[in-house]
Parts: sequence; structure tokens; C-alpha cells
Amino acid sequence: MPANRFNNFTDYGIGIGLRATHYNHILTRKPVVDWFEIISENFMIDGGRPLSILDQILEQYKVVQHGVSMYFGSAERPNREHLRRLRTLVKRTNTPWLSDHLCWGSVDGRYTHDLLPMPYTFEAARLTAQKVREVRDTLEIPVVVENVSSYAEFHVSEMTEWEFLNEVVERADCGILLDVNNIYVSSKNHNFDPYTYVNSVPAERVAQIHIAGHSKFRKYILDTHDHPVIDPVWKLYARAIERIGHTATLLEWDDSIPSFDEVHDEALKANRFLASASLATAV
Amino acid sequence: MKLLSLQRRMARAVMTPLTPSEHMRSVAPDGRSMRAVASEIIKPNDRLTSFERLEIYNRQYWFRILSGFAEDFPGLRSVLGGSRFDRMAKAYLSDCPSQSFTLRNLGARLESWLRKNTAWAGTRQNLALDMVRLEWADIEAFDGAAEPPLKPEDLARANPAKLRLRLQPYIQLLDLRYPVDDLLLEVRKAEEDTDFASNAFNERHHRKRVSAVAKLKPQPIFLAVHRMDDSVYFRRLQSEEFAVLRALRAGKALNAAVESALKKSLITVEERPSHVQHWFQTWSALGWFCRSETNKESKRNSVAAASGGPQVTKNGQRRKSNSAVV
Repeated sequence: MPANRFNNFTDYGIGIGLRATHYNHILTRKPVVDWFEIISENFMIDGGRPLSILDQILEQYKVVQHGVSMYFGSAERPNREHLRRLRTLVKRTNTPWLSDHLCWGSVDGRYTHDLLPMPYTFEAARLTAQKVREVRDTLEIPVVVENVSSYAEFHVSEMTEWEFLNEVVERADCGILLDVNNIYVSSKNHNFDPYTYVNSVPAERVAQIHIAGHSKFRKYILDTHDHPVIDPVWKLYARAIERIGHTATLLEWDDSIPSFDEVHDEALKANRFLASASLATAV
Repeated sequence: MKLLSLQRRMARAVMTPLTPSEHMRSVAPDGRSMRAVASEIIKPNDRLTSFERLEIYNRQYWFRILSGFAEDFPGLRSVLGGSRFDRMAKAYLSDCPSQSFTLRNLGARLESWLRKNTAWAGTRQNLALDMVRLEWADIEAFDGAAEPPLKPEDLARANPAKLRLRLQPYIQLLDLRYPVDDLLLEVRKAEEDTDFASNAFNERHHRKRVSAVAKLKPQPIFLAVHRMDDSVYFRRLQSEEFAVLRALRAGKALNAAVESALKKSLITVEERPSHVQHWFQTWSALGWFCRSETNKESKRNSVAAASGGPQVTKNGQRRKSNSAVV
């Protein structure tokens, strides 16, 4: 399943997040990278250096937009100014699809700037799907939703997280950005089997996969994106690829960021699994 | 419980300020027990209570917005001192939580808030306000819109009586009571040095900065915070220069802007043309003017648009971080 309607029928390989600390390396050395993922909000501005850099990147690389504050799960309507700026950026980058998180983070016009977990209720699924549809119809590109790491569960939940994800994507008819590190982190924090989650996701809707490192504390795991990917997450990734097929994969590294080559090398480890998926498809 | 109701309750708890030891408070803003609030909405697990699970989000919220805010206002931190700045930041962000999808706008209401909450800066109120205005102008200049600059030939056809020059949107004009531009540049340089220096070196620099703030005397300055080659610069202006630019930004026609700016000037009448010509040459070279509808209709020009390189006086280049959460 190299491409589907949720990633606009593109066949992307392994990408890494575009981070300011690597700008100089990328623009001077021009390393071979399949694609870069940008945080949309960092470029939803009117001018200046970030947009100049982005334009230089766009001359040489494929770019996919990933958002952190659309808050599909917030009970309030989408912020019109946010949508306007996002639409402008989508035209600039020509991103084949647009991802953001299956979470909430704002209420009554106040922003927490965090990816807060959803209560897994049918009401929340209905409202979230409605918002995803509204964003997709405004931007006119495929929208995919990403599962988040979470540290809390709500009494009001009526289903599991993966059932909720499936409910939302079916109602919205949208794609999934499957973050296998987030599944692993949440499975440890909430005592569930991560393979049950991966095995329950509708494979035909997965447009992209995220991998990342995290930090382990005494009583919980925090999704910090500041370490290499650990073996159990690679194994979970292998299972996801086995089910889904060759899928656009991105390594997230957002804190204590090492050299570009170190980040890229870590991302390229995914090739081991993608190659076997390609072989399986060929056979 | 409805989605909106749950989100309001959780957001209220998450945005409640932490205790001095950076833990979640035991009492919610409405006077209820925070343990009760947490256990009503969040399940405990075999390792964490409802309170502890909610506390993870409460702490993450404050760590994130405080670090984003501090990154934007190192100059104000230097003016107030680290400890007072930290307490002020918590008070400000409690009163003025983010209303924007980006952390970039965290400080958008700081100037007006600080004007009302005078106790934080005390006798340094004017200095603090000047620094906040400069640091916010720096943010606005860093990523403000730039439009195609006006070309000399555009001016050559213009009628100065009708000509309305438009300043680039990213340019910020500030009249300040203290020379905070120098102080901010010193603070930033010290920050850069800190990354590589020993503790003793850093301590010496910290003392030097405190001393620099204490010694800073009022000295009115006029400043343009502008951008060139994607870097932000602070350019000091003569008072008349500043007045012309401000009048142009307010929409006055060129002749009217110059006349009003020079009305009370000490520059002799004989010297004025050469001053005005020099200013416009510099501003044009810096690309500060952009096209407007009126310009296209104008027929002739008396302004000498110019050649010659821009004269950049002070580099206030900003190291802006990403605005997004992980």
C-alpha cells in the first residue's frame, strides 16, 4: 500500500522534521533526504527569515505540513484566522496532505499549547469528525489525524483509544498519521497492549507514520522526542509496516537535537522494515 | 459530562499556577479541593492518582509557556532581575493566558498589563516599559510582512503634494525614554557567551549586566526596528526623522509629513533640504518604502531617491525559536 487517497497518492519514503538547528547544514550541504516535515505554525507568519528558509527548502525538497494547534477535538469551532493562515501556507508548500493531532488544547479562546487527551465518547467523536471535515473542506487537501501520547484517562470515556480513533476517521472519512511511539508511550501509561492498538487501526487509512524517542520516569513515560527510537518501538513499527505496507515514515526529534547526520541516520533505520515490506509486496 | 464542560474544567485546572516548588496546588481557583476536581474527571491507575495524572499536564503547561515567554523577553528579565521576572511572568500569564494558536504572541498584551501592574517594575517602570516595547517590536519586525519596495522610478513620477509613501509593515517605530537598545544587545551578547563560558565567567557577566541596568540613565532615543536580509536591526533616528516616518505611517502626504516634522526643529532652514534628502536616500536604500495605489497615479517627484548602501547602526538580530509544542 505505497500510496492512498489520504496521502494524495504520493509514495514518500523516510523524512525528518525540519528544525532550525539544521538549516545551515541542509542549505549548504544539500543532503539527500526524501522529504521534510514542517511544523505549520512556525511558518504561518507574514514574512521574514522562516519563510525565506522555507522557500529555499521548497526549491530542493518535498515538504509535508504537520500542525500542533488545530485542536480537532476542542469543542469550539476552528479559529478562522488560523485557517486563513494555514490555507496560505498550504498554497506555498503544496503539501500533499496535512496532519494534526487527535486531541484538544483550547477552550473559550484560550490556548494551552499542549496536546490534551480526548475523552473517548461518541459526542466527542462526532464533534471532532465534524471539525476535521470542516478543515479539509476549507483547505481542499487530505487531512490526517495523529494519535497522541497521553498521561490521563477520563471517567466519561465510552470506548478505547483505538476505537475512538476508528470512530473519528470513519465519520470524517479522513486518514491517519499513526505515531507508533505515542502508542507505545500510552500503552505503558495506561496498561494496554500496543499490538492490539496497531492491529485495530484501519490499514487502508494510514497516510503516514511517526517514530520518535521518549523519556522514562519512575511512574510514567513522557513523550519528549529527545532520544533515539528504542527497540520495542522499532518492533511495533515493524508490525505496523507488516500490516499497512510501505508507508511514508518520519522521525521526530525536537529536543536535545543532535547533528543532522545523526538524526537522519536514526530515521534511515526504518529502511530495514520498509525494505522487507516492499519484498513482501513483490512476492 | 458534555465535552465542553469537561474541557473547561480540565483547562481551568491545567492553567492554575503551580506552587513555589512547582507542583499542582491543592486548592482549585474556585476554592474546591484540586484532588476532588481531578478525581471527578480523571481515572487513577495502579501507579498514579487522578491528582498526579492531572498534575503532569499542569506542570507541562507552565514549563512550556514560561520558557517560551522568557525566551522572548531576556531584556526585561535583565531589568527586573531573574527572580522578580519569574514571578511577574507567572502573574502576567495567569491574567493574560494565550489567545493565539502560536506561542509567538504570548507577550502581545505585556505592555498594557505592565502599565496597569506598576508594582512589578517599581522605580524602573519606565525602563521596563521601554524594554518591553523594544522586545515586542523585535518580534513583530522579525516576521512581519514585507512588500515589494518602492523603486526610484516610482518616485521620479510622483507629485510630492499628493504622494503618500507607505512604510514596510515590518518596520516598528519607537520613541523611548532609555537607551534600551544598547542594553538589549549587551544582554544578548552575554547570553551567547554564556553558552560557552565557565561559571566564574558567567557570574562576572551577570554582575556586569546588573550594574549596567542600575547605571542606565534616562536618555530619550528614537528607534526604527527594521529588517534587512532577514535579520532584525535597531536603527537610531533623529527626532525629526522619526517624526517624518511616523507621519508617513499615519498616512500623511509627503510634503505635509516633512513640514509638520520640521515645524519645531532646531535644524536651520538652510540645512533642512540636505537633511531631508539624506534621510530619504537612506530609507530608500534600506527598502523601507513600499508601493501604494497613490504612488502609481502620481506624476512627478521632487524627492531624490538614492543610491548608496544602507547604514545599519545596531544589529539586534533575533534568535527566534520555533513557536510550536513538541
